[in-house]
Amino acid sequence: MEKVALKDSSYRLKKAKILQKKKLTANEKFFEIALRDGSSLDHEPGQFLMVSLLGIGEVPISICSSPAKRDSFDLCVRAVGKVTRSLHKLKAGDEIGIRGPYGEGFPIRILEGNDLLIIAGGLGIAPLRSLITYVLDNRRDFGKVHILFGCKEPKEMLFSDELEDWNKRTDLHYACTVDRADPDWAGNVGVITTLIPGVDIEPVRTFAAVVGPPIMYNFVIKELLAKGIPERQILLSFERNMKCGNGKCGHCQIQNLYVCQDGPVFNYERIKNLSEAF
Amino acid sequence: MEDIQYMILKKEKFNDFISKLSKMQKLAAPVSKGYNNFAFEEVTSGSEIACKYIPTILPPKKFFMPQRETLLKFNISKGVDAEAVLEYEPVTLFGVHTCDLAGIQCLNMVFSERPKDYNYLTRKNKITLIGLECNDYCDEYASCHLVNASFPSGGYDLFFTDLGDYFIVHVNTQTGDEIIDATESFEKAEVLHMNDLKRLRDHKRKVFNNEVPIEGKHIPELFDRSFRARVWKDLNERCLACGNCTNVCPSCYCFDIRDELDLSLKKGVRYRVWDSCQLEPFARVAGGINFRKERSARQRHRYYRKFRYPVDRFSRFFCTGCGRCTRTCMARISLKETLNELIKERG
Repeated sequence: MEKVALKDSSYRLKKAKILQKKKLTANEKFFEIALRDGSSLDHEPGQFLMVSLLGIGEVPISICSSPAKRDSFDLCVRAVGKVTRSLHKLKAGDEIGIRGPYGEGFPIRILEGNDLLIIAGGLGIAPLRSLITYVLDNRRDFGKVHILFGCKEPKEMLFSDELEDWNKRTDLHYACTVDRADPDWAGNVGVITTLIPGVDIEPVRTFAAVVGPPIMYNFVIKELLAKGIPERQILLSFERNMKCGNGKCGHCQIQNLYVCQDGPVFNYERIKNLSEAF
Repeated sequence: MEDIQYMILKKEKFNDFISKLSKMQKLAAPVSKGYNNFAFEEVTSGSEIACKYIPTILPPKKFFMPQRETLLKFNISKGVDAEAVLEYEPVTLFGVHTCDLAGIQCLNMVFSERPKDYNYLTRKNKITLIGLECNDYCDEYASCHLVNASFPSGGYDLFFTDLGDYFIVHVNTQTGDEIIDATESFEKAEVLHMNDLKRLRDHKRKVFNNEVPIEGKHIPELFDRSFRARVWKDLNERCLACGNCTNVCPSCYCFDIRDELDLSLKKGVRYRVWDSCQLEPFARVAGGINFRKERSARQRHRYYRKFRYPVDRFSRFFCTGCGRCTRTCMARISLKETLNELIKERG
């Protein structure tokens, strides 16, 4: 058996260095990362990376920073498997391998000039943060911006400093809710759908970007359709098991679509009849 | 069809041809493993080859997409120090039936779709393919005619048809031509040989018929009507989720990627291995949600990946009618029976 170097391999890794690590909650950590060769990741909001720890494995992780930030990028990682738990143990200066960016993200150029209703459930704020920070970096190019955020408990709230900042800004409307309050919580209590009816939008010129756990989608979509937002203007991002990122390994398939290449962001019209999507 | 593309190999020269061929590069061909089982294995003489065989236990995809294949070699002692590699071995496959040639054509399409997979594409070009015609059905499990795989349609360097005392050989590529020249065992086909071939093909057209009462062009519509069919619920009760059907399928290519360190705990490899959409964790995410939890959904997915989804993407079926999934199923789930049930229920 011959074994030769393969320069065109889809599995070749780029070296990247962790610049800083921050604890966000008990389960999620934030990483700021730069490519070793000094180049820009050059991603679109909503795209993802395959992140490698050699000897342990490789996992898909959403990029959570704006592409306008050129020298580094951010990841928000929940510790759920052996790779993500090992990632949590790394520190600033450590090196990781990456492949990507992969997939179709949010269609920025189509969104420009329209109003945005951004709805994040729990960890769904991570991929949406890439869109939100991009929109804030280019705020003038968009119409009204609404951000609705929901999570189970106040202590699970990710990026709380930034949420605080969004709440103070006058160029966007921000609201959040928790399923269960704790004694210090003075805000809304209830599932995220309770925030939707109160949002004042012009449905025909509004795009909704929704990311959250699967259970959230059905309820949120129903509310958005009730508001009159057209199906094509409801954008969803799907989480699936992914091994290759190249539309080959089969793990992320929803019927005839590969989430890693055709998605992870889809408009509702395209996937509404795919029973395995929801 | 021009005569010049056809040669003949007399049966008495077959062993000589195989010996010469095996000296050119590694040669693999169907070999009997007993109890009507066959496998593609390395051979050096014609007597080892089972020219009359039913589809091998594993299809020749094992040469194109090895069950385990190294993608990266790495050393973890100094950061991310990894080299992308390709493992390959030049090999000639002799005796590949039209169903398995079709399977290789399916894999070629998948791995050449962007982003291209150069591990596969580079290896594929190191493999020489010599086909062998089925003059008759191998057994009752085959459904090759339904999916247009009962007659040769490219995908080979040379193609052999057994015509009694001799093989007639279609020379399809320069590589095939070079084998003809190098082995010095062939003669030019004459008109009578071409007539023999035509007679066989005419006979085959009578013998081979759609094994399930539906026309190929209507299969996609049947599947469009069948997503909620009762058939899948029946399979839910029977399927053992062992993954045998996908492992033996010539067009199944799903894989997993894993890392492994050697005993030094410094050096290691990242490799891919065959995986199966029939196994329970296949579509499960790290957080625990499984998007195809039920066996019915997984079996349905398998059938749709053969008869519906690739029609949109590649304009062909990804079932090659070889019958392996049916032969190997411990629960006796039969592809032909499933299609028949779908026709009864939703046809």
